[in-house]
Amino acid sequence: MALLTILIDGVAYGMVLFVLACGLSVTLGLMNFVNLAHGAFAMAGGYVTVVLMQRFGIPFLWTLPAAFLATASAGWLLERSLYRPMYAKSHLDQVMFSIGLVFMSVAAMKYVMGSQQQIIQLPGWLLGRFEVLGVSVGRYRLFVIVVCGALALGLSWIFARTLFGSRLRAAVDDARVARGLGIPVNALFAATFAAGSGLAGLGGALGVELLGLDPTFPLKFMIYFLIVVTVGGTSTISGPFFAAMLLGVADVAGKYLIPQAGSFIIYALMVVLLVLRPDGLFARTKA
Amino acid sequence: MTLRRTILKTMLGAGLAAAFAMPAIAQEPIRIGLILPMTGPFTSTGRQISAAVNLYVQQKGATIAGRPVQVILRDDTGVADVTRRIAQELIVNEKVTAIAGFGLTPLALATAPLATQAKMPMVVMAAATSVIVDRSPFIVRTAQVVPQISGPFGTWIAQQGTRRVITIVSDYAPGHDVETSFSQAFREAGGQVENIRVPLQNPDFSPFLQRVADAKPEALLVFVPSGVGAQFMKQFVERGMDKTGIRLIGTGDVTDDDILNGMGDAAMGVVTAHHYSAAHPSAMNKAFVEAFARANNNMRPNFMALGGYDGMHALYEGLKKTGGQGGEALVEAMKGLSWESPRGPISIDPQTRDIIQNVYIRRVERVNGELFNVEFHTIPNVRDPSKPAR
Repeated sequence: MALLTILIDGVAYGMVLFVLACGLSVTLGLMNFVNLAHGAFAMAGGYVTVVLMQRFGIPFLWTLPAAFLATASAGWLLERSLYRPMYAKSHLDQVMFSIGLVFMSVAAMKYVMGSQQQIIQLPGWLLGRFEVLGVSVGRYRLFVIVVCGALALGLSWIFARTLFGSRLRAAVDDARVARGLGIPVNALFAATFAAGSGLAGLGGALGVELLGLDPTFPLKFMIYFLIVVTVGGTSTISGPFFAAMLLGVADVAGKYLIPQAGSFIIYALMVVLLVLRPDGLFARTKA
Repeated sequence: MTLRRTILKTMLGAGLAAAFAMPAIAQEPIRIGLILPMTGPFTSTGRQISAAVNLYVQQKGATIAGRPVQVILRDDTGVADVTRRIAQELIVNEKVTAIAGFGLTPLALATAPLATQAKMPMVVMAAATSVIVDRSPFIVRTAQVVPQISGPFGTWIAQQGTRRVITIVSDYAPGHDVETSFSQAFREAGGQVENIRVPLQNPDFSPFLQRVADAKPEALLVFVPSGVGAQFMKQFVERGMDKTGIRLIGTGDVTDDDILNGMGDAAMGVVTAHHYSAAHPSAMNKAFVEAFARANNNMRPNFMALGGYDGMHALYEGLKKTGGQGGEALVEAMKGLSWESPRGPISIDPQTRDIIQNVYIRRVERVNGELFNVEFHTIPNVRDPSKPAR
């Protein structure tokens, strides 16, 4: 029974990772742009929730869409102003640019909010645990699983079934041809970038309670985002989803079963996966 | 022509400089170099200590033996080689009489050889590893020593009839120190301990907590970096472990006064051992907490602030004795000092130059709507148990 509890904890953790990282995988796949500053948007979302709850007393649930909207519009603005000139540059330039943004966001957040861990008080109905068939489940973790699960389903539906989704997939596959067919790749990308940043912000907001929040958040979690994206691949929604699940469950279960190995397990897992499937877990075989 | 003018200018300049320098020499200030992490992950430490140092100077006046006292604050960002470089600059360029601060053990260890070479009194206000005072005969400590807190705590917990404890500590040097000294004292008193170490950068404690829930010990000792403690306690309560009879205990670092009030009900009832609580019931402490809050935008002083406040007291008293002289004389003057601090009676061990102080057992309770560590038991005059008494 303890194992099932651990499984649920791991799934909840993985779900948060998925929401945090899925935007990164889409932008990486679409524009071939390495945006290491993705975590900064997640941090911003977390702080939106913290500030709204602590300073203005707004209920937790309402801060979630606020976190999404705030970071999405920040993402849209930054894409327009800062990111766009970087697309034509080399990968090294892009990495230097976005890691610079990370350090600036860390310092700015420290200046504005201070370096301490931020603590929020969840509403009463999200606190505590209940028993289902003898398995003890945390209410908040279940809430996270439901919200993120719905998001994942919604995203994959958009990706697979809508016109927007098919254009997006076309643009990811071959941006030049897509452009030639009259698909507005730049506008598509701006929208995706904004939505991805918004999702990161939402993930950051949901993660305050599970992962904690301080100004070093983008640096601490960069490695987790990158693992999700490299293992999951960039061409689908389901790839990063299963990668995040695997990562969450393996991390939690590994630490439970072999605490001495600590955080070693997920890195070992990543090495093994990348040796076996260098293009990611669900990469289509190249023609 | 130009040469003569240059010479003239130089002479004029030198004359002016001398004219201004003369009265300054008569009243050459006593400079104290304060090196703290004012930015970076340990900002809270620097903020608390510098606020306390400022308060002390403000309360006791900025003159000793007729000479003005000048505190020069420098930020080392919590990086050891920066601390060392700043210490060198302060000693060589600013001609300081003493250096103080040192937020973390590596920072103090990196600077210790400089203190020895320059015969520079070095007051450690925060770093807490036992070994620090051995690294230079010029080091005096007014903070705490890790085994000083967790050793007696282990003994006390065993005396309460607790037999099985699990410890969860972050996998870094202070965590190892707490684990070792607590476990040793607790075993000697007849208890059983299981040790779990958690990676320092750990996002989620659920797997470790589940292990503890399975093992059902009587108490769980936790030591994690200050901010993460709140995270830990929330997850402890979220899993309902507070209702299974497992008592959460720890050193006072986990219920740090700086952030305790924001932790909410998750922290209620947690029993910790430490050398200072903002709720310490003495008139002196009450006045100190009030003055500290007034000067710092309602900030509550934590144990770090006390290290700074008492460090300044040791320096002031020492300098009064030596008439403003530094070097070995100042270290000698600080040895054996004993006084009443807001944290209670403390003294500087004349042999080890380390602090001797009471260790208090406290419980988190709500007082006037705010969370405080309320002291209910005192272990008096504890010296570092890892060093044999001479």
